[in-house]
Amino acid sequence: MDSYNFHWNVVWDAFPQLLGGAFTTLHVSVLSMLVGIVAAVFLALGKMSNSKILSFLSSIWIELSRNTPALFLIYMAYFGLGAYGIHLSPYLSVFAALVFVNGGYLAETFRGGFQSIPPTQYNAARSLGMNSVQAYRHIILPQMFRRIYHPMTNQFIWSILMSSLGILVGMNDLSGETQRLQSSSFRTLEFFIVAAAMYYVIAKLVLFAAHLVSKRVFKGELS
Amino acid sequence: MIEIKGVHKSFGDLEVLKGIDLDVKKGEVVSIIGASGSGKSTLLYCINAIEAINGGKILVDGVDVHDKNTDKNQLRQNLGMVFQQWNSFPHLTVLENAALAPQVVKGFSKEKAEEIATKELTHVGLGDKLHEYPTKMSGGQQQRLAIARALAMDPPYMLFDEVTSALDPELVGEVLDTLRLLRDDGMTMICVTHEIAFAKEVSDKVAFFHKGLIEEMGTPQQVLENPQKERTKQFLSKVL
Repeated sequence: MDSYNFHWNVVWDAFPQLLGGAFTTLHVSVLSMLVGIVAAVFLALGKMSNSKILSFLSSIWIELSRNTPALFLIYMAYFGLGAYGIHLSPYLSVFAALVFVNGGYLAETFRGGFQSIPPTQYNAARSLGMNSVQAYRHIILPQMFRRIYHPMTNQFIWSILMSSLGILVGMNDLSGETQRLQSSSFRTLEFFIVAAAMYYVIAKLVLFAAHLVSKRVFKGELS
Repeated sequence: MIEIKGVHKSFGDLEVLKGIDLDVKKGEVVSIIGASGSGKSTLLYCINAIEAINGGKILVDGVDVHDKNTDKNQLRQNLGMVFQQWNSFPHLTVLENAALAPQVVKGFSKEKAEEIATKELTHVGLGDKLHEYPTKMSGGQQQRLAIARALAMDPPYMLFDEVTSALDPELVGEVLDTLRLLRDDGMTMICVTHEIAFAKEVSDKVAFFHKGLIEEMGTPQQVLENPQKERTKQFLSKVL
């Protein structure tokens, strides 16, 4: 049996390119996460709203995003929209697809969070003279985010890992760079091992950052 | 002055209020007593427009509460409300709980809002708890916080919805003491309550609700000590 000889030098020499790819990965996943969070708040409120139209439109987004492969969404954004003369870059295609999916998944998480807050909290805020937006901004949203913090961080990690699908539309993210470098050097194992480790580090960094933010934002205990 | 004129309120097919007439003058303390489901709490929710009404009229200082042109947020600043479940905001400290609305609704600076909040919290005996979180406090303390939070908006009227019903018996006294304090300050109050002795002590007027109507109304002496209606007598004999 031939034993595989590891050649780490090749990877080391290409490290700057890998880092560049890693930055793109971090960039697209964090950005799609943040925009997805905003979308999800409105989707969750839309789905819970008394307006049939709003509820219906939100449901369509949520259902499609949760029950179709993310890969198809990226393909549709990259190749499909081209049929309408809309040409998105690989980055934008992945970004759009991830926002769509993050928004849909988080919307259901947020909806659960909203429903777990007693409606009397909202009444108490309104009875103090706050309007609806103020009541949500100061009373409901802070409590909702605290309750769904952990499920939300799962979605962060999903977002980072799924951004690797960008490889299929030629995005220069960590996966794209890894794929390109290993195919020109044939050091497949080395590159993918290092890239996997880098994904791990990115995920941990994002979780750590989220933890720091949460410590600043979520003071006090939950009831 | 709060004027309640022929108010009807239904939830679906169920008519909860069947024509309520009640006036509350400045400085008056009015207690509303009656069995559960008689519409007492619903009336309070209608007064500050949390619930819409199906007929009649409610005027607060001449302003029609349920007129669609009435600014409800403006109106509610005049009607402090305290709930059975105290509804302290668990993500905010005691001070932040009380300072939030003056800041957000009235646009006061953080310093001014906290100054007002501190004054009201001290008034109800929570001056040493300013930086604690309400979830760490007893029900009685949280209910006093809810009172101070409402007072921080400086409302001319206060509505109390069975504020001692969810409390452990030994904590009822401290909340009633706080209400006595407000009465002595001259606050105009409507108290929905099951505390008959308390109602007798503090009220200028007592209204006995039965199945969506005011069965009997008058001074505490009239209604509680010398009731004329059979239903009032039955109710009192059960709760006293």
